[in-house]
Amino acid sequence: MWPIPQINDDNRAFWTGGQDGELLIARCDDCGYYIHPPTPRCPRCLSENVHPRAVSGRGRVYTYTINERPWSPGIEVPYVIAIVQLDEQSDLRLMTNVVGCSPDQVAIDMPVQVEFRRQGDAYAPVFRPA
Amino acid sequence: MTMADSFEQRCIISGIGQSEVGRRVTRGVMALTLDACIEAIADAGLEPKDIDGVFSWPGAVTRAEGLAPSSPGSSGPGVHAVIDALRLDTNWYSAGPETPGMLAPVIHGCMAVASGMCRHVLVYRALNEATAWRTNTQRVATDAEGVTGNMQWILPFGAFSGPNWMALYARRHMHEYGTTREQIAQISLNARRNAALNPKAVLTSELTLDDYLSSTMISDPLCLYDCDIAIDGATAVVISDAAYAPDTPNKAIHFEAVGSALHGRASWDQWEDMTTTAAMSAGGHLWSRTDLTPADVDCAQLYDGFTVLTLYWLEGLRFCGHGESGAFVEGGERISLTGELPLATSGGQLSGGRLHSFGHLYEACLQLRGGAAERQVPGAKVVAVSAGAGPLASCLLLRT
Repeated sequence: MWPIPQINDDNRAFWTGGQDGELLIARCDDCGYYIHPPTPRCPRCLSENVHPRAVSGRGRVYTYTINERPWSPGIEVPYVIAIVQLDEQSDLRLMTNVVGCSPDQVAIDMPVQVEFRRQGDAYAPVFRPA
Repeated sequence: MTMADSFEQRCIISGIGQSEVGRRVTRGVMALTLDACIEAIADAGLEPKDIDGVFSWPGAVTRAEGLAPSSPGSSGPGVHAVIDALRLDTNWYSAGPETPGMLAPVIHGCMAVASGMCRHVLVYRALNEATAWRTNTQRVATDAEGVTGNMQWILPFGAFSGPNWMALYARRHMHEYGTTREQIAQISLNARRNAALNPKAVLTSELTLDDYLSSTMISDPLCLYDCDIAIDGATAVVISDAAYAPDTPNKAIHFEAVGSALHGRASWDQWEDMTTTAAMSAGGHLWSRTDLTPADVDCAQLYDGFTVLTLYWLEGLRFCGHGESGAFVEGGERISLTGELPLATSGGQLSGGRLHSFGHLYEACLQLRGGAAERQVPGAKVVAVSAGAGPLASCLLLRT
């Protein structure tokens, strides 16, 4: 089973935006900085004017690994774990999975597009080749 | 900073102790912990009543909320249990996983001694992962209420284990610097060669490059032989005021410098440049606290929970430039017992057993005392020790 995040007021936007097909990332509306994981204040300008905003869902693979071990029952191996860098900002990155292609087709810098995988009440953002 | 300024230079390791180490140990983890602690206290020429501080990592924690991984058998007894078991009277003690890596309790011990809070402190690390993994079929904790804290950004994507996290770093290093699996393999092969000379090491049969390259992939590019081996075992040291050095029954080991700086995101997955770890800032920190240089180091016991971490520490401790560690270890001669920088002389964690950096610390002390028998580096006077990965890093420079 893919582990399920416990949803609360701090992370609800990120984990449930996928219900409407949106990847919601905390953003400082004063200085424009995207913040992940979400925090109540902007780490760059310290403003509290931070709100979840939809991003394009486009990015590139910063790095990846092909996991071969069945750590948890119900998850088919191999699967690709990746760090994806979103197009909006060079330090806006998510740990995620690359899906929709063979693991050996994944490469660093590969353009990808978000989709969502239902995990309990959460919609985990995963990425397929763009 | 001059030598007289640093707190660690006012401290010594006065005693060392280690339990039996193995994959099928019959003694429980508390017994192993006390074996190591009692041996270290006696080795320092002291009795339990002389100990007035206790430090460990991570303490009695059963689940990870922060950055430190937690798995069955990885925590060992907490400091309260050890204080009570030995009926110690303490002025200060602490343990916790939210520190700069597994050698942090050694640095805390020095701080306690140098500040005058304590005179002789006990520092230990104990694990019984071999037993725990054999008896616990569920290696990955699944929380019925859902994943919370930092792990919520990692576990929902199936990144359950250390190999997954470190493989992400290793892939980026290979991509940017052309580091190869053949180069990485040298860390594993070197450890196995040295383990054959260590009676306590758990994996001693010959390991070839072909064995490495054809082994089971765990999380590509990391294979079985990139991962260390779970054991049961405990290690302890006693840290004392340097004024005690003339009275130690065994050769006192001096702290030349420590490093613990974390410059960057306190996060595994958000770490900005995955061709580095916090080893880069901790290593720079260490060299800022001494007049010695990397060329003065006679051998290095660098963290090897995964092979690639030794490469990150070689770069972090400036034994080579950023991105050059693959070439540095190429062929393995330079890092062998007869090379210019012998590494993991005990067999490290890869072949000696996962003592979680305290095996490296113990080996460094043996080398500085001239007590490493067949694997002794002749005339070793300065030894580097390091611990950690990703955002966790601490390191020590020890000398005779």
